[in-house]
Amino acid sequence: MDMSKDLVAASATPLVLAILAEGDSYGYAIIKRVAELSGGHLQWTDGMLYPVLHRLERQGYVAAKWSASENGRRRKYYRITKEGRAQLAAQRKQWKAVDDTLRGIWMQACTI
Amino acid sequence: MTTFADQPLEDQIAQWRTYLRRRQAIHGPDVEELEGHLRDQLAALTEAGLAADEAFFIAVKRMGSLDALSREFARAHSERLWKQLVVAPDADAPANTSRTEILVVLSLAVAAALAVKLPALFGLRLSPNEELPPFYARNASLFVFPLLTVYFLWKRGSGVATGLWLALPFAAGAVFANIFPFRAGSDTQALTALHLPIALWMAVGFAYVRSRWFAAAGRMDFVRFSGELAIYYVLIALGGGVITGFTFMMFSAIDMNPEWFVAGWLIPCGAAGAVIVGSWLVEAKQSVIENMAPVLTRLFTPLFTVLLLVFLATMVWTGSPINVKREVLIGFDLLLAVVVGLVLYAASARDPQARPDFFDGLQLLLVVSALVVDVVALAAIAGRISEFGFTPNRVAALGENIILLVNLAWSAWLYASFLSRRGSFAALERWQIAYLPVYAIWAALVVVVFPPVFGYR
Repeated sequence: MDMSKDLVAASATPLVLAILAEGDSYGYAIIKRVAELSGGHLQWTDGMLYPVLHRLERQGYVAAKWSASENGRRRKYYRITKEGRAQLAAQRKQWKAVDDTLRGIWMQACTI
Repeated sequence: MTTFADQPLEDQIAQWRTYLRRRQAIHGPDVEELEGHLRDQLAALTEAGLAADEAFFIAVKRMGSLDALSREFARAHSERLWKQLVVAPDADAPANTSRTEILVVLSLAVAAALAVKLPALFGLRLSPNEELPPFYARNASLFVFPLLTVYFLWKRGSGVATGLWLALPFAAGAVFANIFPFRAGSDTQALTALHLPIALWMAVGFAYVRSRWFAAAGRMDFVRFSGELAIYYVLIALGGGVITGFTFMMFSAIDMNPEWFVAGWLIPCGAAGAVIVGSWLVEAKQSVIENMAPVLTRLFTPLFTVLLLVFLATMVWTGSPINVKREVLIGFDLLLAVVVGLVLYAASARDPQARPDFFDGLQLLLVVSALVVDVVALAAIAGRISEFGFTPNRVAALGENIILLVNLAWSAWLYASFLSRRGSFAALERWQIAYLPVYAIWAALVVVVFPPVFGYR
């Protein structure tokens, strides 16, 4: 399934925030988690995740810290902030509204 | 993140990293983060049984196109494109050198500023009440250019041997500027002051492009650098003018006269230091902003063409001959130099593969009208020389006129054959580039040969 670019872009913020709400993580692991969760339907160009993360960092929704990884090189870990959680909750509401609306009309279409 | 035992793979990663660093919107730590991602991906892929080169291919492909990536980074960090002006690290150097570079630049600029004051220790003072000692005029370039050369030697990581070779022209310049017993206020002394910088600029060029001097692209880079530096220098000078104005205004308000400070320190030291700082700015912001020199060229080529055509038409209409005065010859030399500059900078920014367009036609018109104006002026001047004999000024100006004339005549020919699709634009570019040393050699001749030949008058 080929998903539209706009939909992928719009879902990026809640998805990244939700993954970080599960626990601190870093870029490569986030990408892997996205692929896992979506069953491969959400295909991100790997590099594009980083501008998203940096934008969230600037907006204060996530905080970043460099620390050592298992194999000696340093790695940038991201953690969701309080504002990030609030933002996630707000986005969740919005997506739920969209989802409910679409579900409603599609269920109707089924029953007719 | 993993380091790989496979050397070719490490080399490929290093190359990818270099490409990434060139992107102005992606900074050092971001490169490191993205590289970490690439390495994690590579580790996972090779573990799954892929060969190193296959893994690299897939990992890079998944990372996405660098253009799109750097566009996204620029969007997420819009302030960066501005900061580039001052803090951008060099594409090939590790990110932490930019701070070292600022230190090197500042110390060289201070050194240049102090070098200007050095002769004051030996009684050659710069003061508003006395005339500028001719020593300063003759040696102006020697205060700054060697330090600028040192900067480029450092920046390019050139060896000591190169440095010693490059010291030679400066040493020779210092000798020829100072051994001749010039008479007070002599013309040959003024000619030395004017021509020594032109000759020595070529030595700076050697340091700038290193071994690429003999490749046309290297020299063209230096031409671009020179043009951008000139623009930056003018901008810095404007700022300096504002500071000077405020210095006068504020100290006069408390009934003190800052003239000695402005004339003795602010202007000479600022003028020297600004060359180094300007060069560094040009180096630092390379490729961030569209280069200015070509833009100005586009702006002024039509204006100069109109000026020359109107001048010719007026001359034909009124029939008034050129009134040859002392400055006229130099004025027409400058005009030709400007036209050569316009041609050179138009060439520097042009894609040699592109087809001829309207602007190329305009350039040809500019060159041809400049040639016609100059031939008229030359005829008038030749008459004057045959009447009043040779002086150093006239011979120097005449020589320069002929050098520029030859350049423009052949350029006009190359432009014409390019426009009629018989030749390529690259030929014109090659010609302009190949001609550059001629200016320096002539300038060196004027410095070395003219004073003794004309008896130091």
